[in-house]
Amino acid sequence: MRVCIVGAGVIGSLYAAHLARVADVSALTRREEHARAINEHGLRVTGRADFSSRLEASTSPDDLPAPELAIVACKGTDLDDVSARLEGRWPDATMLTVQNGIGADEIVAAHGPWRQLTAVTFMSGTRHSDTEVEYVLDTATWIGPARGTTAADAEAVAELIASSGLKAEAFPDLRPAQWSKLIFNATVNTVAALTGLPHDAHFAELEHPTDLGHLVKALIDEGKAVAAAAGVELADDPWEMNVLATRRGSRHYPSMLEDVEAHRRTEIDLITGALVREAHRVAVSVPLHETMQRLVKAKEASWE
Amino acid sequence: MRVCVVGCGAVGSLFAANLATLDDVEVWAYDLAREHVDAINHDGLRLTGAGEVHSHPHATADAAELPPCDFGIVATKAMHTDPAVAATAHAFSDGCVATVQNGIGNEEVIARHVERVIRGTTFPAGKLAAPGVVQWDVKGDTTLGPFEGRPAPLDEVQRLADACTRGGMPTTAVEDARGPQWRKVIFNAATNPLGALTGLTHGRVCEQPALRALASRLVDEGKAVAAAQGITLDSDPEELIDYAARPDVAYGHKASMLQDVEAMRRTEVDYLNGGIVEFGRRHGVPTPINESIWALVKGVEASWEQ
Repeated sequence: MRVCIVGAGVIGSLYAAHLARVADVSALTRREEHARAINEHGLRVTGRADFSSRLEASTSPDDLPAPELAIVACKGTDLDDVSARLEGRWPDATMLTVQNGIGADEIVAAHGPWRQLTAVTFMSGTRHSDTEVEYVLDTATWIGPARGTTAADAEAVAELIASSGLKAEAFPDLRPAQWSKLIFNATVNTVAALTGLPHDAHFAELEHPTDLGHLVKALIDEGKAVAAAAGVELADDPWEMNVLATRRGSRHYPSMLEDVEAHRRTEIDLITGALVREAHRVAVSVPLHETMQRLVKAKEASWE
Repeated sequence: MRVCVVGCGAVGSLFAANLATLDDVEVWAYDLAREHVDAINHDGLRLTGAGEVHSHPHATADAAELPPCDFGIVATKAMHTDPAVAATAHAFSDGCVATVQNGIGNEEVIARHVERVIRGTTFPAGKLAAPGVVQWDVKGDTTLGPFEGRPAPLDEVQRLADACTRGGMPTTAVEDARGPQWRKVIFNAATNPLGALTGLTHGRVCEQPALRALASRLVDEGKAVAAAQGITLDSDPEELIDYAARPDVAYGHKASMLQDVEAMRRTEVDYLNGGIVEFGRRHGVPTPINESIWALVKGVEASWEQ
């Protein structure tokens, strides 16, 4: 099985290093020196696992063997550019998108007739260098069919990923899980990005009127109303996801908070933007998510 | 007439220094910043910028030293009102106490300690440049009126307003001072936290159409809460927002809340958006956007304790 990991950030690197143990894996990177470093040293995983893998990397898709499976793991903000660079290439590939939010598969679909699978991933890690990534949360990747694929295709890819040592599960319809995570992300990421708080116990506090839990709950309730109007039955209750995550005792830094602290463009349009677009489509008002979206966009403007 | 300014920061100093230029007014300044107090007692209080003033109020950090006063002017940050007025209340047992602080809810706190309270709103602004020296940035009007819950007599309000005006701080006494106060609170609550949460100056907040529209949502909630109390705003806060965004007014101004956030100081959000939310609850007016903004700024404050 030839697999190409498109985008070797934390999540991409975790897939690449693990899958290289059970498949022929290459990585398409954004930076030349990143590709060079991977070609020279391979990828090392620490944390919940401890091993190194060798694989081929390049910044040009033409240098890499045409894959049967491409896991598109770049940031949502790069997805359109990356997909454009793959136009006309890899005709036999199935493209698996793992970006936050919803709508990633539509962005890829606009650039070619590939077969597609869609996924949400709950695993997380920390990047220590171009060739070392720490595997932090060993939670699963959930995979479902999208354009031109079936539940059996999702099953096959989930089995491949599971055989590499990561957790993966296939679902006949991913929308319930995707929406649960979308609502969770749109809430937790924006609240963290605007307050500077990591995802910690504050997010579930409801005791006093100004406790942050009230805002978190109100944002989640808006999201649930949109899901209901869109005919999606959620897999997990995002409020329960929030409470569980804060009870683990770890202080998780959502990616949007990291982006804000590094003065990088955030994934707000793919996450909250997607939720707000869906809300408009089904005529549900989401004033609080709109507020969060405007504030995060304005925060981006403060360093541009 | 004897007046004590309680909390002699930038705004308090504007009142203290100007009033102390009058022969018939004895001014005391109560403040906990010992360096500032010592400098005032040693060299007097100096204002520079929009006006040049040098006068000699009495200053003290010890409330027990205060003689009985006809008037108090409370100018502390809103979160310090309660301890400051509790400490000085003995000086006002026969007097009236006015607030010129930001936000709403200060009068209620003052009324826990003194009998006759004056509601007030002031627009002049400045900053402490050095002990005993205040940079006077903006001149502006002050409005005073009896606080409904524990009112000072209107002729006493008038007497204080006259003294302030003669001293160089134009002040009007009115029967209902809620209109100007709510206009200022709605303006501050709609703009300060947006600057504080995004890092943008007032002008840049207004330049972004989506963010300017968010300010209008906050204004609309504030107006609804004011209307539910029967308050007529003296002018539209929207006009004040756009006026302040002009390059020649306050385009590049960082809201005080943004300055507080950058310095990791506790903000006055409880008395701005928090005040609008509280009064909204009392009068059955929903204020979901102000509530969210309040929670976010409280979250920012909590992030410093990590």
